[in-house]
Amino acid sequence: MLTKRIIACLDVDGGRVVKGVQFENLRDAGDPAELAKAHSESGADEIVLLDISAAHERRATLLETVRRAARQLFIPFTVGGGIRTLEDAAAVFSAGADKISINSAALADPTVITRIAERFGSQAVVVAIDAKRSGRGPHWEAFTHGGRAAAGRDAIAWAQEAEKRGAGEILLTSMDRDGTGIGFDCELTRAVADSVRIPVIASGGAGGAQHFVEVFREGHADAALAASIFHYGFSRLADLKEKIKAQEIPVRWPC
Amino acid sequence: MIAIVDYGAGNLVSVKKALDWLKQECAITSAPADVAKASKIVLPGVGHFATTAALAHSGLKKAIAEAIEGGTPFLGICVGMQWMLEHSQESPDTSGLGLLHGECERFPMSVKSPHVGWNQLEVNSSSRLLRGVPSASFVYFTHSFRAPVTETTVACCEYGGRFSAAVEREHVFGVQFHPEKSGAVGLKMLSNFCEI
Repeated sequence: MLTKRIIACLDVDGGRVVKGVQFENLRDAGDPAELAKAHSESGADEIVLLDISAAHERRATLLETVRRAARQLFIPFTVGGGIRTLEDAAAVFSAGADKISINSAALADPTVITRIAERFGSQAVVVAIDAKRSGRGPHWEAFTHGGRAAAGRDAIAWAQEAEKRGAGEILLTSMDRDGTGIGFDCELTRAVADSVRIPVIASGGAGGAQHFVEVFREGHADAALAASIFHYGFSRLADLKEKIKAQEIPVRWPC
Repeated sequence: MIAIVDYGAGNLVSVKKALDWLKQECAITSAPADVAKASKIVLPGVGHFATTAALAHSGLKKAIAEAIEGGTPFLGICVGMQWMLEHSQESPDTSGLGLLHGECERFPMSVKSPHVGWNQLEVNSSSRLLRGVPSASFVYFTHSFRAPVTETTVACCEYGGRFSAAVEREHVFGVQFHPEKSGAVGLKMLSNFCEI
């Protein structure tokens, strides 16, 4: 049976993982390559590395980070943050990424989705949508630039357009839940997951195993991503998968 | 030297990286002459079946067919495996190598497509490629079309019905999933292939 994916996300700035990281037995707890490997060994189904550094001169650092992380990673590896063009994407792929994630650039010029998909295949193109609830009804708006600017697009309509233009997956982050640890926005996730045929990765709000179970069952998510929840030790990811599996959600465990 | 065949479709770095990790001498190439003298051939592939038309135009198809005929071990991955069949519904005008019988077909509407993620194998124990890989092992898939189960199928997968996850005939192998992205299980298969 196709399993639900648990994805570990590393936020990287200037070549270093920036969220509170307390892994033990690592020579260097902030090193993205070591953390990616550690996550992979403790059962992550996929690794996402998001470059949150804004400065352009840091791109070279990012590519070196991707190269080092990819060398010892044999599970799917997605890289996002600051990718604007086909050339940016090509550089990240040749550094060893399997998929790229694009957000602001795709909203500014949706044709970039098609260009990257035609060259590297749709399976390599993840469109990231940062969605925020607006108004009273079930309505969410897409935001760009790390959630700083409203894009003036309905999140569901944008997800459908992204699919049509060649996106292979949607990485959907609830800005309302991000960093809260109170659970994923199941209503948002379900609204998007039910309106596209491509897989939807839920993100924002993970605090415990029950939240994953809810977003898979009620949110119809195909995968769920979290960052900080995994950053407190090797055992957490394995524990999490055991708990999710105990509730009869199919996961890759043991792996 | 293992030739990783480049025909302009997608990203070959992952396959190269995995073979490097296994300490295999390998090179990404688009030259038919390199394919002709390779000790083994790996044909990756992502995206659309139509991209494989480039193999025929460039002379690679002929070189691959001759090398296989001469006994060179061959591994097709994803669209590279689909190309080993006769046709795919994805691009009816593009011919595959026709080494294996059958045609690739779409997933039924009852399931989401593409089939993306980790799914389990039902392994036929007589496979050389899957030696040491138990049934129910998880591997990573990402595809919209699938090959039917035939007499050359050595592992099946279930998603909207059973399909061929791995095929094998003599020194010719194909996998629908991505061994280079399937963790330790995938590396084991690549290592098995390298030892053939």
